[in-house]
Amino acid sequence: MSDNIRTVTDATCTFCGCVCDDIVLTVDLDTHSITKSQNACVLGKAWFKEHSIEERPRALIEGREASTEEAVEAAAHILADARFPVVYGLSDTTCEAQRVAVSIADMIGGTIDTTTSVCHGPTGMAFQAGGESTASLGEIRNRADLVIFWGGNPAEAHPRLFARYAVTPKGMYVPNGRKDRTVVLVDVRRTPSTPVADIFLQVKPGSDFEVLWALRALVKGRKVDPSVEQRTGVTLAVLEDLAARMKACRFGVMFFGMGLTMTRGRHFNAGALLALATDLNEFTHFVAAPVRGHGNVTGADNVVSWQTGYPFGVNLSLGYPRFNPGEFTTVDLLVRGEADAALIIASDPASNFPKAAIEHLRRIPVISLDPKSTLTGALSRVAFTTSTYGINVAGTAYRMDNVPLPLRPAFDSPYPSDQEILTAIRARVSELLGGNRLPVGPVGPSPARSAS
Amino acid sequence: MTLIGGRSSKQGTALCQGKLGADYADVTSTVEMNVEDMARLGLRNDGRVRLRTPTGESILRCKGRETKDLPPGLLFIAYGPQTSELLTGDTAGTGMPASKHYQVEVESVPDDA
Repeated sequence: MSDNIRTVTDATCTFCGCVCDDIVLTVDLDTHSITKSQNACVLGKAWFKEHSIEERPRALIEGREASTEEAVEAAAHILADARFPVVYGLSDTTCEAQRVAVSIADMIGGTIDTTTSVCHGPTGMAFQAGGESTASLGEIRNRADLVIFWGGNPAEAHPRLFARYAVTPKGMYVPNGRKDRTVVLVDVRRTPSTPVADIFLQVKPGSDFEVLWALRALVKGRKVDPSVEQRTGVTLAVLEDLAARMKACRFGVMFFGMGLTMTRGRHFNAGALLALATDLNEFTHFVAAPVRGHGNVTGADNVVSWQTGYPFGVNLSLGYPRFNPGEFTTVDLLVRGEADAALIIASDPASNFPKAAIEHLRRIPVISLDPKSTLTGALSRVAFTTSTYGINVAGTAYRMDNVPLPLRPAFDSPYPSDQEILTAIRARVSELLGGNRLPVGPVGPSPARSAS
Repeated sequence: MTLIGGRSSKQGTALCQGKLGADYADVTSTVEMNVEDMARLGLRNDGRVRLRTPTGESILRCKGRETKDLPPGLLFIAYGPQTSELLTGDTAGTGMPASKHYQVEVESVPDDA
């Protein structure tokens, strides 16, 4: 380690949706690396340690090294020539970059979608159907005496959720911390999170909706047949006990993960949980909180919502926003072969999308922005190397409870930020199109709109 | 059997190193299986197993879990390129592929195959 050391206090970790903003970083400015990240969890430590400056080309065009300017030119032509492009990703970049990405989608009459569509997208659909009883993590830390984790494994995916907010910390109305809380975990398998719980409900795969609906009935005082155990794997006595605890607590919270949204039932599962939380407010104070994965996926929901009115899966080809999951979500656009170009920001769909979607990405021109080498970068016609948000780039990220937090970078990067690249692409596309693209479709052409 | 995809701590730290690295490939190529199911299928720890769906197939390394941790009939794997091969593109009109609950055929793969 050199003598050229800098300490960054209250740095913000953007690995997961906890967005912990109490990290103390020790930064070696000579080697452009973070040598210590005090307060960070195992995931945060890896995040800070592994994002040093790598020797990579600034950009690649069809696999050949190129300057950022050449790549911007190539990317702008792809987007200006496309008829049904999709702009996707955005969960690992700043809100400032997300805002530019939405305006590009608006300018080119494309679709804007984020990783939410393959994360808590069904929860977003359920919100619109039934609303959300919610709270900040600070309220939960200070008030919650019944904490339920449903379909998630925070010990491995959000390690500090337990210690910083939901299980062990002492709060204003839970002064004894862990001793004042009852913790319940609901999952189809035992995970490293299970030992944290006082009560573990191991449900049969694909039966979350039935368990939630049975709890709704019990909370309302209705009778539930004991045969519920055969369907769900949970005895009626256990469900009755949980329903009673839910009604008797002073402040209850249900954190829920993709165990609900990625399985059969999807938005119906999330909707059932949200409805249960709402029902419980007839008896006590109860909230529901989706546990979000990527560092700024919540910011993506917020930015796309305040720019278009909808959180994800928004098509702008008619000159106004249309929201329709299943039609304008990226997996569907790719699997059906409809998208004819893709701009992918801070995401790697080629490593986790369904095979048919990845095959279509190989057929169309793809532009990608990422600090790391990825499978998506490898199949891209234009691939930019970017600096890392929160480590090299300042800006804003939203914690999973919709609280915006500032990012305090540790050291400079020679690579541009997502926001800088997107701003350059937007300017060049505007030149090529002469402003926003004219809307097409059943309403016919209309006068050019002003750039957003 | 029913395959459930998910996150793991090792996957999280490996992806920070880079998704093209050996650690990430290793963690996303390992499927966890109930030890009784493994015995029934003639599988051993670190043995190779083929998972097949109507969409595609993947050959993975197998790791045993006790019944109290992973019930019979259930498989767990960290998301990654191998699960993409198995995943249907049908999102049932939601945008979300059913990544946590799908049926797979399982068979042992000889080491010399």
